[in-house]
Amino acid sequence: MAHSYTPGLKVLKNTKILKERRLPLKGSVSASIGSEVRPDEIIARTDLPGNVQMVNVANLLNVDASDVKQVMLMDTGSKIDKNDLLAETKGLFGFFKSNVKSPVAGTIESISDVTGQVVIREAPLPVEIDAYIQGSVDQIIENEGVVIKSKGAFIQGIFGVGGESRGKIKVLASSRDSELTAEMITSDHEGMILVGGNFISLDAYKKALACNVAGVVVGGFNYYDLEEVLGYTLGVAITGSEDLVTSLVVTEGYGKIQMGQQTYDLLSESNGRLASINGATQIRAGVIRPEIIIPISDASKNGNENKAEKTTGMTDGSTVRVIRSPNFGKIGIVKELPAELRKMESETMVRVAIIDIDGKQFEVPRSNLEVVEID
Amino acid sequence: MKLRSILATDCGSTTTKAILIEYVDGEYRLTYRGEAPTTVEAPFEDVTRGVLNAAMEVEELSGRKILDDDSIITPQKGDSGVDIYISTSSAGGGLQMMVAGVVKSMSGESAERAALGAGSIVMDVLASNDGRKPHEKITRIRQLRPDMILLSGGVDGGTTKHVVELAEILAAANPQPRLGQDYKLPVIYAGNNKATSDIEKTLSDLTDLDVTENIRPVLEKENLKPSRDKIHDLFMEHVMQQAPGYKKLMSWTDAPIMPTPGAVGALIEMVAKKENISVVGVDIGGATTDIFSVFQEQFNRTVSANLGMSYSICNVLAEASLSNVLRWVPFDIDEKELTNRIGNKMIRPTTVPQSLEELVIEQAIAREALRLSFVQHKAFAVNLKGVQKERTISDAFEQSDSGQSLVDMMELDLIVGSGGVLSHAPRREQSAKMLIDSFLPEGITSLAVDSIFMMPQLGVMANIDKKSIAEEARVAALEVFEKDCLIRLGTCIAPVGSMSKSEVPLKINLEFKNGEKKSINLQSGELIRVEVGYEEVKAELIPAKGINVGAGKGEKIDTIIFGGQVGLIFDGRGRPLDVGSDPSVRISNLKKWASALNEYPELKE
Repeated sequence: MAHSYTPGLKVLKNTKILKERRLPLKGSVSASIGSEVRPDEIIARTDLPGNVQMVNVANLLNVDASDVKQVMLMDTGSKIDKNDLLAETKGLFGFFKSNVKSPVAGTIESISDVTGQVVIREAPLPVEIDAYIQGSVDQIIENEGVVIKSKGAFIQGIFGVGGESRGKIKVLASSRDSELTAEMITSDHEGMILVGGNFISLDAYKKALACNVAGVVVGGFNYYDLEEVLGYTLGVAITGSEDLVTSLVVTEGYGKIQMGQQTYDLLSESNGRLASINGATQIRAGVIRPEIIIPISDASKNGNENKAEKTTGMTDGSTVRVIRSPNFGKIGIVKELPAELRKMESETMVRVAIIDIDGKQFEVPRSNLEVVEID
Repeated sequence: MKLRSILATDCGSTTTKAILIEYVDGEYRLTYRGEAPTTVEAPFEDVTRGVLNAAMEVEELSGRKILDDDSIITPQKGDSGVDIYISTSSAGGGLQMMVAGVVKSMSGESAERAALGAGSIVMDVLASNDGRKPHEKITRIRQLRPDMILLSGGVDGGTTKHVVELAEILAAANPQPRLGQDYKLPVIYAGNNKATSDIEKTLSDLTDLDVTENIRPVLEKENLKPSRDKIHDLFMEHVMQQAPGYKKLMSWTDAPIMPTPGAVGALIEMVAKKENISVVGVDIGGATTDIFSVFQEQFNRTVSANLGMSYSICNVLAEASLSNVLRWVPFDIDEKELTNRIGNKMIRPTTVPQSLEELVIEQAIAREALRLSFVQHKAFAVNLKGVQKERTISDAFEQSDSGQSLVDMMELDLIVGSGGVLSHAPRREQSAKMLIDSFLPEGITSLAVDSIFMMPQLGVMANIDKKSIAEEARVAALEVFEKDCLIRLGTCIAPVGSMSKSEVPLKINLEFKNGEKKSINLQSGELIRVEVGYEEVKAELIPAKGINVGAGKGEKIDTIIFGGQVGLIFDGRGRPLDVGSDPSVRISNLKKWASALNEYPELKE
């Protein structure tokens, strides 16, 4: 059977989910293998080295760098408070002394006799990592973090903003083809993950922010509205560190595009369940797509578990989504994968797939198709 | 000794490309090529897998046995294996460096030039006078996590204070390498030799410090080679050692693995030297655009980190502005819809334009990405050499603030384009037109594209150190570059001056190889194409008063020019190029010019 490797976005109903939770620097891991964790449970912590302030004592006291150690009142390693005296000249017969006070509280890290600089390091900054999803600890990465295992639905979006969040799923759009409007969002939705259909406008998203909604999942959003959300023009799709109360996951792309049937159905079935959402996206080598994870609680663990997370690529009969115009956003079934190159209207010679969309056949470059991975 | 066969690979971020060069009938030729996805990332995490897959494709196509049990057979035995195997790499984001110098426009600029010349991406240039406070610099260093740092500053024997201060900032930041938590960050010190011991005292415990010759030993001398060589050594010793599978790959190759852009630069530098010409080379990729130039025998390279055709396509839009992109689009389009379309290309970077409209838009964006990258290149390629140069003190002070760009479009002889949008444009006319519109060559300039982007492999071939094979590999690289790598598009002849004031700014008399003659009167605003293959054409170019086509205003030129797959292009549109601000004028102009070159035949005039 003809076959082609085209990565697609995952829309899995019941799958094994493994999440690596790793500290930015080595630290201590508090979870143990096999233990059940809640999404907000802290599983590892570390201290990032504190900020550094440099004080040029030689310049401030007008002494040679080599003489700085003689005017210092504190040694390397000493703790110091803000505005404590750091260095002082002897003055003339004890008068006309000049001094330097510490601009911050911290520890003296070094005193240079070449440059006259004194380095003061502020207190370390604690960093904690939570479990993010409901599940159990599958693996411990020594001093660095854990891998959490869970079972449930896993949906990837194409693009998102905002970091990790969690909340109950609330489907607001009546169909995958209807818009999530500002009027639909109320303060009752605080802390929830709202599911729309084909689009959310900037105004509606702002309303979600104002109502402290945890997350929004929709088919499309306008690229040009991102600037107002982010405060800058998004030139490269690397997101996730924005400080937004409402994470946004776009499942299809920019513009008004109906949400994929499988995605909408799965989210609708999950209405009312607790989910974890992450808008972080990185489209570079080592791609990261935004995601919605809906763990299945113990009581309902009898779903038909997805056998293996394998990517089989595109074959005859695969369900695919067109990801570039014309027919952008439409879902079709692969009928044929001809081996030879075909000429497109743009005169580009490409390998194509013949797909069926609503009973009509279209020739589409394979690179403009995405396999919809469903289970 | 003649080399019978050479296998060369380039491990890119997404694709590993292999080429087989063989000595056939008294010349070196590219015979087969193959490619496979790069396997640096999960689930494979071993770069050699992709190399073997690409080599296997070459093996299948050529029928020559190259592989033996997951290794490459070298040297050639009978009809099996290859005499040498070499590779370049830009996988995993290439070599990412941070450089530091005392004065931003002096040692900072020299350090940047050394790092770029070695093929790295420069993430930031720190300098004592860059206006940032020490704690801001420290925060920046911590955020960036480079692969390597190059520290310079001060002339030999001069004051040590400032450069040691920079070292103290580095020490306070305690930078961590990007790949792996278990090794120390390589730092190269190439500054004032008097400060070496203080630098060692400050940095040797925290980093893997390596000291080399000063990049600016005296104010008026720049000495980049030792730093460039050291960067290559450390790239191999440290950075590559951390990348999955590279240890194995290094044991296979007959020459050190070079960073891809470093290899391309080396090749362009060599070609310019051999032919004694000025060259601009460009590689427009998905995320970045690299520009290489050789003017007045001085090599320069710049990387425009966020001007590319897929991952960073929205950044092109942001930097160029929508109106600048639209000025290349010969039809009306809803602006908001256009931004959404471009956004969708960014989030689905592997898609290709299926409709003509999509193709035209993509090529419009490419023009702006190329134009902006070239603007950045011109600003960086100022009057300071990439190799040692004697200059007077007064020259040294002039270098940056008043430094004239080395890039002289009238002097430019050859533009070589590469990267998907140029190499794989459906029509060569489109590639030629994109190069002309974005670089705006003046006078007589040859145009070419790299057929399959094999410049990296040829660059590393041309720079093999092993004495027994170095010379022959160099010969092979240049022969293949000339015969198989370049696709000659033709020559652009663009007169400059007050075009609209002359009725006929340029009269042209051509004599072709078959004796046929042709005369053309090029009018202002006109674009004329003469179809002729890659052969000599005698040309008499007679500019009107006040018009320059290379020899000075009003000066006639008798010369030999070459055609190509597109032919000769006479560009009477003037410089700078004005497409017309009124939409209807713009659309009419664009259609007229597209029609002259048969650029988009389906687009009705």
